Amino acid sequence: METFLNRYRNLTVLLLVIFAQLVLLAVQVKNDQDVRMIRVWTVTAVTPAARVVEWLRGGSIGFVRDYILLHDTHDQNRRLQAELDRLKLENIFLKNELNTADRAKALGVFQEHTPSKTLAANVIGTGAGANAKVVFVDRGSVSGVQRGMAVVTPDGIVGKVTAAYPTASEVLLITDSDFAAGVISQKNQVRGTLKGQGSPVCKVDYVPIGEKVAVGDWFYTSGDDRIFPRGFPVGIVKSVRDGQPFQEVYLEPSGLQRGLEDVLILTEGVHQAIPDQAVANQPVYIAPPLPAGDQAAAQPIAGTEADKLRATYKAVGEAQKHTYGEGPPGTKPPDFTKLPPAGALPPAAPGSPANTPPAPVSAPPQPAAAASPAVKPTPSKPPPAPGIPVAERPHAE
Amino acid sequence: MSYTGGGRIVLNSQREAQISRFRTWVLLAVPLAAIFFQVYVPQFFHFLGYLELPLLVVVYFALMRRSQIQGLLIGALVGLAQDSLLGSKNPLGMYGIVKTLVGYFAASVSVRFDVDNVLVRLLLAFFFFVFHQFFYWVMARALLGQQIGFDLQQTLLIGLLNAVVGISLFHFLDKLRETV
Repeated sequence: METFLNRYRNLTVLLLVIFAQLVLLAVQVKNDQDVRMIRVWTVTAVTPAARVVEWLRGGSIGFVRDYILLHDTHDQNRRLQAELDRLKLENIFLKNELNTADRAKALGVFQEHTPSKTLAANVIGTGAGANAKVVFVDRGSVSGVQRGMAVVTPDGIVGKVTAAYPTASEVLLITDSDFAAGVISQKNQVRGTLKGQGSPVCKVDYVPIGEKVAVGDWFYTSGDDRIFPRGFPVGIVKSVRDGQPFQEVYLEPSGLQRGLEDVLILTEGVHQAIPDQAVANQPVYIAPPLPAGDQAAAQPIAGTEADKLRATYKAVGEAQKHTYGEGPPGTKPPDFTKLPPAGALPPAAPGSPANTPPAPVSAPPQPAAAASPAVKPTPSKPPPAPGIPVAERPHAE
Repeated sequence: MSYTGGGRIVLNSQREAQISRFRTWVLLAVPLAAIFFQVYVPQFFHFLGYLELPLLVVVYFALMRRSQIQGLLIGALVGLAQDSLLGSKNPLGMYGIVKTLVGYFAASVSVRFDVDNVLVRLLLAFFFFVFHQFFYWVMARALLGQQIGFDLQQTLLIGLLNAVVGISLFHFLDKLRETV
């Protein structure tokens, strides 16, 4: 120490002299609050050290206390974390329940107001393939679902049933590349065939060049395919390009916009008029009925050509008192050259076991009147008459 | 020994740094005279208030004695005396601290420079005047909380004036050194 002071004697003396004068200065001077500077400086110099000491003391005590209570805290933390996780799951569950209730309400409103008979179903799975646009719903043949039935939501069409199992059904979505349906534009009544592209966007094919289709136009089902009744929303046009030999019209399906959890299977479709204006909330919109001249398109699905042929043969058998399937082999068949007149043929009953669902329409669409030229089945539920209040209209199942 | 000063500015070694000696009355009378001048003459000649004769005296004795302790002690004593004569509102120690530092640093640089050189004296007088004023301003703000301004341009100008006056003062004080 002595050596140090001798070595830095000059500096030491300087510091001592400066310090002495500082003390002298501090003793005399008072601050604005009439406190002597030496007191201010002393407090200022001492309190940080006291603060540090207090911090160390408090930290040490806190550390020891926390260490002692560590095990209990750990257990409590685990309990609280478990409770938090449980509450999170409960919260998610309740949110899902709320969403489900909203969707169910929307479906209920839609079911209540649509003239078609519908069957509510929940999506319970998706197709296993990477590119498969297929889902499974929890309604099958036991519930009356048949292959070929249309599947919709209040926002638009979703797809069609491609296989009906006893307790579940397979639904081919409209985005699948194998899907096709007849559509018609709302604004200029331009017809086309909706085709899936394997992507969220669908293509409206066979739209001749020159037909007026613009971005933003709504497309509705035309009923030509005999799967989807006329008047269900399909989607909104996103892009239109000229191609060869048809226009390339791409639209965004409206039925898949809000996800796909609850759907309606049209067990008995009824054609509707295409609304004048597309509305966002489809379930509460009641479209006006078809005009009188378009009644032919407003009939429910009558069946296929095989149904007609079967009905014809059945009529021939009944006329000649012949029961199919009876008698030993070699029994004389009915004379099929003696066909009954066309007006005497009974209508093919929709929903009968032999009523094979119609195949997807991939050909260019035809006018609605030509869609079922020969068969005019009696609608099981006539379309609502204009002016009838919503509450008085026939309800779906 | 000749004190006329040579052409060198920096000394080759500390051995060349010669220590000037003064009589005791010179060491007492000259600072007192400078302080008296500082507090009395400006009452009649305001422009002379810009002269910081106590500072110049401290710088001179610190440079000539080439001793840091003697330099800081001279500075402390002169500063405290100056503080004492500035009135009861001025706390003791402000000029004391500043001039203590000036004396210490002046003595420190004196062992490296030929302090008999006029240019060195001019530069050192100028530099320490600016240092003195600036450090006083810093201390007034830091220790006393006084919100006073610092005009750098004016300080540099007055510093130059003091340096010029210091050259003459230093030349006069050289006459008071003891001859070996």
